[in-house]
Amino acid sequence: MALKFADYKTNVHNDWCPGCGDFGILNAIQMALADLQIPAYKSAIFSGIGCSGKTPHFINTNGIHTLHGRVLPFAQGAKLANPDLEVIAVGGDGDGLGIGAGHFVSAGRRNIDLAYIVFNNGVYGLTKGQAAPTLKLGMKTKSLPNPNVNNSVNPIALAIVSGFTFIARGYSYDVKHLKELIKKSIQHAGLAYLDVLQPCPTYNDINTREWYQGMNNFDEITHKQKPRIYKLEDTGYDGYVNTEETYPKMMQAIQKSDEWDDKIPIGVFYQNELVPSYKERIDSKIPSYISNPPAKQSIMDHNNLPSADISKLLESLRIDH
Amino acid sequence: MTQFDYEDNSITWVIGGAQGSGVDSAANIFSRACAQAGLNVYGNREYYSNIKGEHSYFTVRVSDEPIHSHVDLIDFLVSFDAETVFVHAMEVKEGGAIIYDSDLVETGLHEVPTIDEYAVERISKMLEASERPLSVRGMLEYAEEKNLKLYGIPYFSLLKQFAEQIGDHTLSKVTRTVNVMALSASMAVLNFDQRILSECIRYVFRAKPKIAENNVSAANFVYGHVEQQFKSDPFRHTLKCKQPMANTILVQGNQSSALGKLVAGCRFQTYYPITPASDDSEFLESNQILEQTNGKEGSILVVQTEDEIAAITMAIGGALTGARSATATSGPGFSLMVEALGWAGINEVPLVISLYQRAGPATGLPTRHEQGDLLFAIHAGHGEFPRIVFSSGDIEESFYDTIKAFNFAEKYQMPVIHLLDKAIANSVTTCKNFDQHRIKIDRGQIVDKIPISGQGGDEKYLRFKIAKNPISPRAVLGTYNGIFWNTGDEHTEAGHITEDPYNRINMMNKRMSKLKIALEEIPNEDKAIMHGNVDDQNTLSILSWGSTKGSIVDAVERLNKEGEKVRFIQLRLLHPFPSDLVDTMINGSKLLVDVEMNYSSQLASLIQQHMKRKIDYSIVKYNGRPMSSSEIYNAIKHIITGNAPRRQVLENGT
Repeated sequence: MALKFADYKTNVHNDWCPGCGDFGILNAIQMALADLQIPAYKSAIFSGIGCSGKTPHFINTNGIHTLHGRVLPFAQGAKLANPDLEVIAVGGDGDGLGIGAGHFVSAGRRNIDLAYIVFNNGVYGLTKGQAAPTLKLGMKTKSLPNPNVNNSVNPIALAIVSGFTFIARGYSYDVKHLKELIKKSIQHAGLAYLDVLQPCPTYNDINTREWYQGMNNFDEITHKQKPRIYKLEDTGYDGYVNTEETYPKMMQAIQKSDEWDDKIPIGVFYQNELVPSYKERIDSKIPSYISNPPAKQSIMDHNNLPSADISKLLESLRIDH
Repeated sequence: MTQFDYEDNSITWVIGGAQGSGVDSAANIFSRACAQAGLNVYGNREYYSNIKGEHSYFTVRVSDEPIHSHVDLIDFLVSFDAETVFVHAMEVKEGGAIIYDSDLVETGLHEVPTIDEYAVERISKMLEASERPLSVRGMLEYAEEKNLKLYGIPYFSLLKQFAEQIGDHTLSKVTRTVNVMALSASMAVLNFDQRILSECIRYVFRAKPKIAENNVSAANFVYGHVEQQFKSDPFRHTLKCKQPMANTILVQGNQSSALGKLVAGCRFQTYYPITPASDDSEFLESNQILEQTNGKEGSILVVQTEDEIAAITMAIGGALTGARSATATSGPGFSLMVEALGWAGINEVPLVISLYQRAGPATGLPTRHEQGDLLFAIHAGHGEFPRIVFSSGDIEESFYDTIKAFNFAEKYQMPVIHLLDKAIANSVTTCKNFDQHRIKIDRGQIVDKIPISGQGGDEKYLRFKIAKNPISPRAVLGTYNGIFWNTGDEHTEAGHITEDPYNRINMMNKRMSKLKIALEEIPNEDKAIMHGNVDDQNTLSILSWGSTKGSIVDAVERLNKEGEKVRFIQLRLLHPFPSDLVDTMINGSKLLVDVEMNYSSQLASLIQQHMKRKIDYSIVKYNGRPMSSSEIYNAIKHIITGNAPRRQVLENGT
């Protein structure tokens, strides 16, 4: 029986603010899971802490709501122990690029096959609007007593230099487009980073839905209001890495990721399938890893005696031979 | 110290030298050779937080009798540098021997930059008081007063001769054999079987056959020289070779728990490099492919993470999939792990943390020993959640305890902190070969599938179902029809967030009551063990935990032989605290004496918290060097004779 969008919904009360950009992302994830027909028991959504951290409770698959900043190591641990699981990690920009930034970089070095979706709104919503790592320098959202004193991190560029092998950006009010990006992130056989611009209607009164859609952004010639968001694929941009293109494609993506204010690109910035995934790297040292991964190994016989046989190791320690 | 007759093959042998100069290899060869010669062996390693150049030394005690600890005084000191003579010569006991480099006799104390300034001050004072020169010569003269045998070895000229003999005129290869030359010199003095020595050199260097042969030749060359040179002046000790003990292994403390993990079915371990815990993970990674009785190839995946927070959270992720998962760390790393420990507690995740304690706080003495983390392990984390804290007393116990730790973790669905320490990790011992089948695997309430509603299943699977048994059937990620949620928030039976006050009570009760079940079910032998004359009444009872075991057992044996009514209660399960059992064990004790490698007698405070009786005397040590059995013997003697203060602080060790 085909799985439907509704099969991925739970009846848990959703307490996000009305108009929150998170709803679009939640729907897009559920639609992507339905499109890909991923059974609930085979998938696990991991999350960090914050409004975005509640996402797994609204999705009818395994849902692991972890600790602030730690979603990536939790998620990687599960994927490593059971590579058959479809693992998706979600979190906010404070979670992943502030307190969890070290894990972000290190995850890139591994290139484990999972998708990481960051709900990027520039503020710490659940703690009432403090500046988050992606908020631009000098911005003063309504809950800040002073303009933001820190420079912002560029998550796309950081993902590229950290070694993520699929990097894209979506917009939470373009659910159809976002759904396709989520599907691509899931299907990519390596570590995917999906940055989602997600207006926080309560605390970020600068990067609002209206702002993204062109408020005060006028075309110089026509003087008409022009949406800030545009799609990379509409401009002929190609982020896919063919042999020997890694470096130029990385540079191209970093350059593109610097666009902001009046022109904000969404779509696939970079995709590199030439880098071996962590699974392949393990497989080269443990040949049975893929066929008999940690979670699937039988560790005892029918008498509950250990399956492992370390006789040879013990033999090497024996002194009476 | 335990006094053995000189005839019974009992000596304490110490080799010292700069880190990186092969002290470990030499000691490993000596240990292995003595074990193959049928002797019991106990050795421990001391070293600085340094890669090359600082002083390290290895003490190996061998005997015909079983031994479990080190003693303070040395019978045989083997050196090939000046520092070893400076810092250890006064520890050599009456009638002992020193092997030294005869070219270094005039080296002054102030010419050795690696000796700590405090040690320089102590040694200077001592030499000045006896009006001797501040040089190796001064130290040797000082030592000679104790009737020591001094064997000066001209390493440089021996190396030159040896190089010529093997046709290496650059000396480059042979200078690296000086450690084995020193070892071989001591073996010649001890009249040890040369064939076994060669065999063991080959064993220790088995990965590099060419180097092995070079070392065997060097050893034989020096053996011959020493035999000739000192023929007329034999040493009072010799080591007579016998048949090796049957079914016996020579094993290091950084291998035993790792071996236990392989048997226990641990298939995923994460770690961040830290002394002295890294060896555990490195051993596992070196043995990542496993033979199995079912013929199928098994494996353990070891992942080096970016920090200890990632180490524990990644291990939890692994545990959620049903793989038996662990992480190994030491104090600083464990400090970083505590938030996630609470997450594992509230989500009832079976996880094993091997906590190899070292001297803290902060970086502390990073390569030295302490048992300072007992109360921290019991209380680590904010809020209240169940965990088991389980401690091993020695290398052999640590193998079996590791398997038990995984069983406890899965049976009671909670994190288990397995307390180990530097003293265990960096010691080596002969012991009975490990029995892979002694401990059965018990995975508790793990379920591999959930029946579908209408096909024998009830409603939806609830991971944290409130039922009579607080331990719920545990589905793992990927279980058919068994999806579940986890959260660090307080949760519903399904695992969703809730702040309901009544649910909170139910969930707290559910989680915390598992500790009561664990306390009821865990067998007595895993809670506490009595050693010594257990049937005596009116005794002095020593209470301790962890790696002090060996030294206490040896001290108690000696005290019992002298007719003293002393017994030793070794605590193993520290949390939940086995009050009832300990209560029966201390019954009939005249005095309770707490022995611990920390400042504040942490076990004593647990006893005060959980028991009606209080500790009468405490013996503590916190200088980073493990307790010797001689120190414990003396301290207990002081208590028996009524001359001891309530708290004695032990100070021995270099």
